Amino acid sequence: MNIKSVKYVAVDGKNVGVTATIDGEEWSVPMGAEGNRHWQAIQAWVAEGNTIAEAD
Amino acid sequence: MSNARKLADNLPTEGSLSERNLVINGDMTIAQRSTSVSSQTGSGYKTVDRIYTNASGATYNQSQQTVTVGCETGLPLQFTKYLRHDVTTGDNWSQIYHKIEDVASVPEGTVTLSFYAKGTTPDSGLTVYCFQNFGSGGSGEVGISVSQTSTLTSTWQRFTVPITIPSITGKTIGTGSHFYFGIGQGGSTSTNAWTLDITGLMLEVGSQSTPFEHEPYSVTLAKCQRYFQHHQGRYYTIFLNGTKDSGSAYLSGSLSQVMRDKPSFSTANCYLYGIPSGVVSYTAAENRCNTSYATIGFTSVTGSIDAGEGVRFESNNNNGYVRYDAEL
Repeated sequence: MNIKSVKYVAVDGKNVGVTATIDGEEWSVPMGAEGNRHWQAIQAWVAEGNTIAEAD
Repeated sequence: MSNARKLADNLPTEGSLSERNLVINGDMTIAQRSTSVSSQTGSGYKTVDRIYTNASGATYNQSQQTVTVGCETGLPLQFTKYLRHDVTTGDNWSQIYHKIEDVASVPEGTVTLSFYAKGTTPDSGLTVYCFQNFGSGGSGEVGISVSQTSTLTSTWQRFTVPITIPSITGKTIGTGSHFYFGIGQGGSTSTNAWTLDITGLMLEVGSQSTPFEHEPYSVTLAKCQRYFQHHQGRYYTIFLNGTKDSGSAYLSGSLSQVMRDKPSFSTANCYLYGIPSGVVSYTAAENRCNTSYATIGFTSVTGSIDAGEGVRFESNNNNGYVRYDAEL
């Protein structure tokens, strides 16, 4: 997957998910869903040295 | 030969008498995402449901095609759709994949892959290969060698490929485990173009290839929706409903089927409408879905709306949609 622009979504100061541009589409991805292919791909993207941007 | 004899000869001798096909959407009838894409270089689910494309350096077009009744020599009349995978620039291991949930669902022993296909053959032959993927936290992936390659022609042929599945005894099965097979270009690095027209994809337990198991459209769609749901809007279709609290609005709605895992959520051409005043803005969509119910939090909702007032997420006047993705 081609992943760009990953950013946390926070509620009351706690990160609860991420938004990401994946293969040119905007996705809202739940955190910690181990079988979710988007979440797995984002984890692999982080392991490559990329960083998820902090929430607004 | 009597009809009774023919019937008896076609009954499977291993596996089950119904639900034999481990492939979902093998007749290529469901295409929730799109019916056609062009000039693709990336991998992913592109057109027909449950068919993943491993680009592997290739450039390709892909589409769901409609059978021309009576004009498809070699293809049984029950088939109405097929997948056209049109590779304009080839590369090694550029293939279409089908992933079957739970690596244990394809048991040790012989299984048989069969499909109808026509087209132009990749360099060195149309190749099938398979993997046992043990998921996140599981054992390493195991490749399964399939020696047979096939040659495509301009008319439909049915291909049958026996595959020997190794034991998974002693393996650790993690989250999201699956078995998958690929069909397409093999190890050749040729950039030659090729085209695969394919339907009637079937994987069944045992060494016998039985006739393709057709099922109602609604049944196949429900199976596909375990992995992906496209909710298409028309004239201001309302997808989700809820109420604004002090700052956010949490909206919910049922999913069409229980999904494999917590889905990712995406949307296009939709907006948030505060009742009764009109469109309101928000800063982010927070995914609080579970496998059976969609809940999306829209944060920092502002506009002509007060706490306690109703909010709905709806399509524009024609083509808004919401998608939930829990694919392997």
